[in-house]
Amino acid sequence: MSLAFTCPTQILTDIVPGKAAQQRLRWVSAAPMLVLAGCGDRQSALHAHGANARRILDLIWSFSAVAVATWLLVMLVLAAALLHRRLSETTRSPLEIDSHQERRFTRAVGSAIALTVLVLVMMTIASFFAGKSIASLSGTETLAVRITGHQWWWEVRYAGNDPSQSIVTANEIHVPVGEPVKVELDSLDVIHSFWVPNLAGKRDLIPGRLSQLTLIADKPGIYRGQCAEFCGYQHAHMAITVIAESREAFEAWQSRQNAVASAPGGEEERRGQQAFLSTGCALCHTIRGTPASGTVGPDLTHLASRRALAADTLAMTPGALAAWIADPQSIKPGAKMPRIALSADDLNAVVTYLGSLE
Amino acid sequence: MSGIAGKPAEHTEQGLKGIRDTGLEEVRLRAFLAHAWRTPKGFYGWLVTVDHKLIGRRYIVTAFLFLILAGLSALAMRFQLAQPEAGHIGPDLYNQLFTMHGTTMMFLFAVPVMEAFAIYLVPLMIGTRNVAFPRLNAFSYWVYLSGGLMIWIAFAFETGADAGWFSYVPLAGPEYGIGKRPDFWAQMVTYTEVSALAVAVEIIATVFKQRAPGMSLDRIPLYVWSVLVTAFVILFAMPAVMVSSTMLILDRLVGTKFFDPAAGGDALLWQHLFWFFGHPEVYIIFIPATGFVSAILPTFVRRPIFGYLGIVLSLISIGFLSFGLWVHHMFATGLPQLGESFFTASSMMIAIPSGIQIFCWIATIWGGRPIFATPMLFVLGFIFTFVIGGLTGVMVASVPLDLQVHDTYFVVAHFHYVLVGGAVFPLLGAVYYWFPKITGRMLSERLGRWNFWLVFLGFNLTFFPMHILGLQGMPRRVYTYPPASGWGEMNLLISLSSLVVFAGFALFFLNLLLSLRNGRIAGDNPWGASTLEWATTSPPPSYDFSRLPVVTHREPLWAEPDTLPVVEGLRVDAREVLAGTVADAVPQLRVPSADNSIWPLLSAIAVGGAFLGSIYTPWAVVWGAIPVSIGFICWFWPKGEPEDEE
Repeated sequence: MSLAFTCPTQILTDIVPGKAAQQRLRWVSAAPMLVLAGCGDRQSALHAHGANARRILDLIWSFSAVAVATWLLVMLVLAAALLHRRLSETTRSPLEIDSHQERRFTRAVGSAIALTVLVLVMMTIASFFAGKSIASLSGTETLAVRITGHQWWWEVRYAGNDPSQSIVTANEIHVPVGEPVKVELDSLDVIHSFWVPNLAGKRDLIPGRLSQLTLIADKPGIYRGQCAEFCGYQHAHMAITVIAESREAFEAWQSRQNAVASAPGGEEERRGQQAFLSTGCALCHTIRGTPASGTVGPDLTHLASRRALAADTLAMTPGALAAWIADPQSIKPGAKMPRIALSADDLNAVVTYLGSLE
Repeated sequence: MSGIAGKPAEHTEQGLKGIRDTGLEEVRLRAFLAHAWRTPKGFYGWLVTVDHKLIGRRYIVTAFLFLILAGLSALAMRFQLAQPEAGHIGPDLYNQLFTMHGTTMMFLFAVPVMEAFAIYLVPLMIGTRNVAFPRLNAFSYWVYLSGGLMIWIAFAFETGADAGWFSYVPLAGPEYGIGKRPDFWAQMVTYTEVSALAVAVEIIATVFKQRAPGMSLDRIPLYVWSVLVTAFVILFAMPAVMVSSTMLILDRLVGTKFFDPAAGGDALLWQHLFWFFGHPEVYIIFIPATGFVSAILPTFVRRPIFGYLGIVLSLISIGFLSFGLWVHHMFATGLPQLGESFFTASSMMIAIPSGIQIFCWIATIWGGRPIFATPMLFVLGFIFTFVIGGLTGVMVASVPLDLQVHDTYFVVAHFHYVLVGGAVFPLLGAVYYWFPKITGRMLSERLGRWNFWLVFLGFNLTFFPMHILGLQGMPRRVYTYPPASGWGEMNLLISLSSLVVFAGFALFFLNLLLSLRNGRIAGDNPWGASTLEWATTSPPPSYDFSRLPVVTHREPLWAEPDTLPVVEGLRVDAREVLAGTVADAVPQLRVPSADNSIWPLLSAIAVGGAFLGSIYTPWAVVWGAIPVSIGFICWFWPKGEPEDEE
């Protein structure tokens, strides 16, 4: 199965040799749910798995059919115009025009124009109704997600009934299958565009404006999305994952995400937390339940529960995490995360600690 | 033009100044005119000339040099994208490359090359001796050249624009724009827009006032109609981008907040202003290309175009409609439903006049006898590809559909079909068609055929798969993509095909260079065409026509194959052109035409210096105004020449 991202089974095999993973299998905490969900589909507008995307896909196919038919018709007439048999009067002056033929041309061109207008009107109407049916999804949502664009990652917030119920995470959103979800979009730096082609058309995130989109996922799965508006150096590495799962699984995820970070469970993790808090990581990142409360980078409270690192640049494995922390600039040049000098032991400890934040 | 039938000279009263062409024998006439319209020899002559043919020619050459630079940028991008996660070109350089590619293609190649052909051809096709404002013409070239050089020199020093050819704020704004990169971009826009506006003004004045007697509105060649409509589109569209790029510079340089939402500005304002220009821009490139088709086709099917009036009205309506579509670049920003429907409908509507033109061309072919010379091949290739581009254009006009394909490779495919298929193919056809007129030599047909088939097949193999890639979810402007995306094979095919296009263009340039030296001598009218530019020698003399023709038919050289009636009574010892009425081209005045001058160049240097300086300090505008004023004053200094006569 060729997928837009690593499958959970791959994550497992990646992890087994890892030292940290052997100590704790928390890395794979996301796996059961993912197995349940199955791997989604390749990032593509041609594989629609939501009402919004399906409505558009119908339009794509019907418009393509009209386009192909029109093109073939025009080419056929052009070929006939080039190749039809002509009377062999080679010495005719170019200005001798057959008036009978001209009248036929006028009729033919006139009918072609009338047909063009008719087809265009029909396409406009089809487009209008598709738009209307997509717009009718809004207002029926059962859940709202707020997504804020950053260079080059996505901040994700779920508002709970009271402030303590709200969830902050990054680059991964979970939605209950079959339920319309309102995605509210804004940006704090430049313009981005939220696009998960398997589920819906795209919508820009514009600083100073709030826009929104309604997503429905028809079946459980993992859907990859990607920033679609050029936003600078790492526009290419600004992906987001949508995980559609059953209502129960979603609520379980919600309550896990809502909790503060688990306390370090061993010497290595304690050392890792210490290194995290003392070397500058905490200036940019929040880990709820610890003094780390930076807001420049993604919230890491439940980092290990996420499937990928650095906006889907790397899979979430201890090795990748270590590589990312050791030298983010060689993996994602231009990213805002600086290289922080850590001793090898500290690095391992930080990786172990972060790996425990499920 | 030999064999003068001769209308009676209308202005031969005694006591008038100067020597007139009336009754003058051909040899002396030509000697007088050659002296009056001469360009000094050597480098100085090159700097001061106001001959529309010399300026048009250097415009064309410069534009093609920029095409080579932009094409090489594209090739570099295809090298990087051939495989997933390739590491040949990093994001910094890649972003500069695609920005320079788009910027150069749009601002430094496509628009200028279309203007260049207009500058060269319009006076010849309407039977006059120079454009209406010859010095403005020279000025426009120098300003264009300095803008283009500036942005490419900046690129060479790693200050290449990198925010896309559309430079959206805030990415290009004061906070996120890197160094001086967006400033160079914005000022380059100002340069090229100044030059485009200058050319638009010249074309409008020339076509309205300087047409040969008898060339009433319904006898204007369709190519000239197309550049006239284009000139009006330039006139109304370009100010929008000059305003927006100036506002961008101001935001960046002096801290205005036009586009800063935190201070009450609006990031979307930029998009509205830019696309209010940006969409008509596409038609500024496309309309003259349809003009090429309407000029080439009748010659190679041996009959006049079918539906002349319909095509003229289509051109005009395309010009108008092009201003009603800009929002279809902004569907993803979120619009009210009513607005969406309006812009969907207007975007689809523009397919109607484009369709009319296609139908009329096909009818013309049907009624004629096609000759498959290289220019004709490019016209046929144009119809083949442009219809695809037009149909995908109708697809992206639909808001919901656009929301899936916007900013993906589908759109990349779409606009390359429109711009390369729709404009570059006719342009290459035009080069094959008019090269004999411009140089006096024919291009090689053999190389021409190879050139056509390589470019045509390579183009379709390169860009057609991009439609699929876009639908498969690949966004534009990414310097790489993950291996698991499944886009790798298609990208490799595209990159390999782009080499075929490259080979095709290499043959094109080779053909130009070889034929320039060794091409068959063309003669006045090698294709047996019908319009006035073929009535004079190849290449035309500095004065274009020894006697200005009188037009009695829409296809003058077919209607009067042996002798054209001509005007008499113009001065031959000084530069003079004939000005007539707008609708019927009834001659009214003999107008002096400006002589060579160094001041357009010096003024362009002063203007360029002021623009360049204003990238660094707003005071450059203040102090720069002084040399600019000096330049303009000297340029316009009255020389006690006679006023327009009769």
